[in-house]
Amino acid sequence: MAQTSQPGVNHPKPRFGKMPYWVEPVFTLIAFSGFVIYALWEVLFHNTGTYHNYVSPFFSPDIAGWLGVHILTALYVAWMPFVFRFSCYYYRKEYYRAFTFHPFGCAVPEPKSHQTRPYKGEWKINNLHRYTWFLAVFVLIFLWKDVVQAFIFPNGFGVGVGSLILLVNAILLTGYTFSCHAWRNMIGGRKDCFSCTAHGKKPVSYGIWRRVSALNVFHGWWAWASMFSVWIADLYVRLLIMGVIHDVRLF
Amino acid sequence: MADEFILSIFRGDADGGQEVEYRVPRVEGMVVLDAVHHVQAHEAQDLAVRWNCKAAHCGSCSAEINGVPKLMCKTRLDEYEGQTVHIQPMKTFPIIKDLVTDVSWNYEVAKKIPAFHPTVAAPFRMQQWDVDRIQEFHHCIECFLCQDVCHVLRDHQEKSQYYGPRFMVKMAEFEMHPMDRADRIPQIKNEGGIGLCNVTKCCTSVCPQHIHITDNAIIPLKERVADRYYDPIRNFFRKLGGKGDESQPE
Ligand code: SF4
Ligand code: SF4
Ligand code: FES
Repeated sequence: MAQTSQPGVNHPKPRFGKMPYWVEPVFTLIAFSGFVIYALWEVLFHNTGTYHNYVSPFFSPDIAGWLGVHILTALYVAWMPFVFRFSCYYYRKEYYRAFTFHPFGCAVPEPKSHQTRPYKGEWKINNLHRYTWFLAVFVLIFLWKDVVQAFIFPNGFGVGVGSLILLVNAILLTGYTFSCHAWRNMIGGRKDCFSCTAHGKKPVSYGIWRRVSALNVFHGWWAWASMFSVWIADLYVRLLIMGVIHDVRLF
Repeated sequence: MADEFILSIFRGDADGGQEVEYRVPRVEGMVVLDAVHHVQAHEAQDLAVRWNCKAAHCGSCSAEINGVPKLMCKTRLDEYEGQTVHIQPMKTFPIIKDLVTDVSWNYEVAKKIPAFHPTVAAPFRMQQWDVDRIQEFHHCIECFLCQDVCHVLRDHQEKSQYYGPRFMVKMAEFEMHPMDRADRIPQIKNEGGIGLCNVTKCCTSVCPQHIHITDNAIIPLKERVADRYYDPIRNFFRKLGGKGDESQPE
C-alpha cells in the first residue's frame, strides 16, 4: 500500500477530535448564511417588532422612531450588532475558515486558487473592534429595558414565554459582550503591572480583568448561544405579530 | 484487538520519497515514537527520527500523524485502532531525511526578539499575581507544531513576513512582563507581521502544552497594536496629553 509522495503532497486528511475536519466550517457556513438571510428578510420586509409588551431585539432601541423614519426601521439598529460581530475575534476565526478558506481546516491545504493570490492577512478594519463594542453596549442597555417591560403586562407583573425568551437573550448577549477581547484589553489587559500604580495592592481593575478573562475563555460559546437567542427571540415576536402562535402566560 | 499496528512512514529526503509500510507488535500503552523506535531497531536502521526526552518536554519529536501535527511521544497508538498510521515530517519546514526537518528558521527568528530588559537592575521585587499571566507562556517546549500548522507559514510560505505563533508567545512573555521596559509593539506590528495572523486558532489546537496562544498571547498583542496604531481617539488624547502608552511602565 506504499504510496509515492513528496513530503507535503498526499498528506492524509487530518482529523481533530471525533468529527471530520469539514463539519465545523460547513455548519458555520450554513448557520451564518441562514442568519444573514433571515436578518435581511426581517430588515427589508418588516417595519415593526413590537407585540404588546414584547419588543424584538432587531427593533430596539427605536432609533427610526426617534428620527421619524418609517421604512427599514430595523436597519437603524441591526447594523450595530452586525459590525460588532463582524469584527469580533471569535467570528473572524469562523468566517475566515468557512467563507474565505484561510484555512478551511487546520493542516488542510488551502485551495489551489490561493496560490496565485497573495495573502495579505486580516482586514485592517477589524482593528476598530473596540469602537463597535460601545455600540453593542448601547444596544444592550435598551434590551435590558425591554426585558423589564416584558414582565409588565396590562394587569401588572407576569411571566410569559416571551418574557423568558427576552430575559435569556439579554443574559446571553451580556455574556457575549462582556467576554469580548477588546473589552478585556480596555479594562486592564493593556497593563503590564497592576500593582505598580496601586502601591502593591490589587486594584479593582485587576479583579474585573480576571473576571472578564474567565468569561473570555468561553467567548465562542457566548457568540453562538447569543446569535441563536437573538434569532429565536425575534422569530418568536414576529410569529406573535403574524398571529401564527399565541404567547403562553405562565403566571 | 489486533496484535500489531500498521505504520506507514515517510522515507525520503529533499529529492522526494515515499511512504513505506511497517508492522509493529502491539505493546500495551505504546506511543507512536515507541513504534518508530521498534522499526528503527528491527527493520530500518537508517530511519531518521529526532527525539530526546520521550516525555513531551524537549519538543524534538514533532511530526504529522494521520495528517495532524503532534508529538510522536505523546500520541498513543491505540487512538488509531484499526487504522493505518501515516507518519510524515512537518510540512512547513524543509526536509532533511525521513521524519527529520530543518527547523533552523525558527532559531533565526528567535535571535530577532529583544531580550528581557528590566526597568531596574536585578534583584528586584514584583508581585506574583502580576507575573501569573505570563507563566503560561513559559510552558512552551519549542516543538514548533504551531509554526507547522499555521497557514500563513504552511500554505503561504510567508516566513519573511510573519514570525509565527511561537514567537508571538515569546513576544507576549516579555511584552507583558511587569518589569520589562523594552517597547516591542512596533516590531510586533512591522517585522513580526502580527496582522498576517487571522486568528483562525489552529496553533492553539495543536499546542501540546495547551498554551492559549491566540486568546492570551496573539489577541492581546493585536489589541496593543491597535491601541498604538489603529485607535484615532486614543491617539488624539495621547498627543494632547503627551502621555505614554500604558502598556509601558514609565
Ligand atoms: S491563529 Fe494566527 S498564528 Fe495561529 S495558526 Fe492561525 S493564523 Fe497562524
Ligand atoms: S507554543 Fe505550543 S505548539 Fe508552539 S512551539 Fe510552544 S509548545 Fe510547541
Ligand atoms: S521526545 Fe521530547 S517531546 Fe517528544
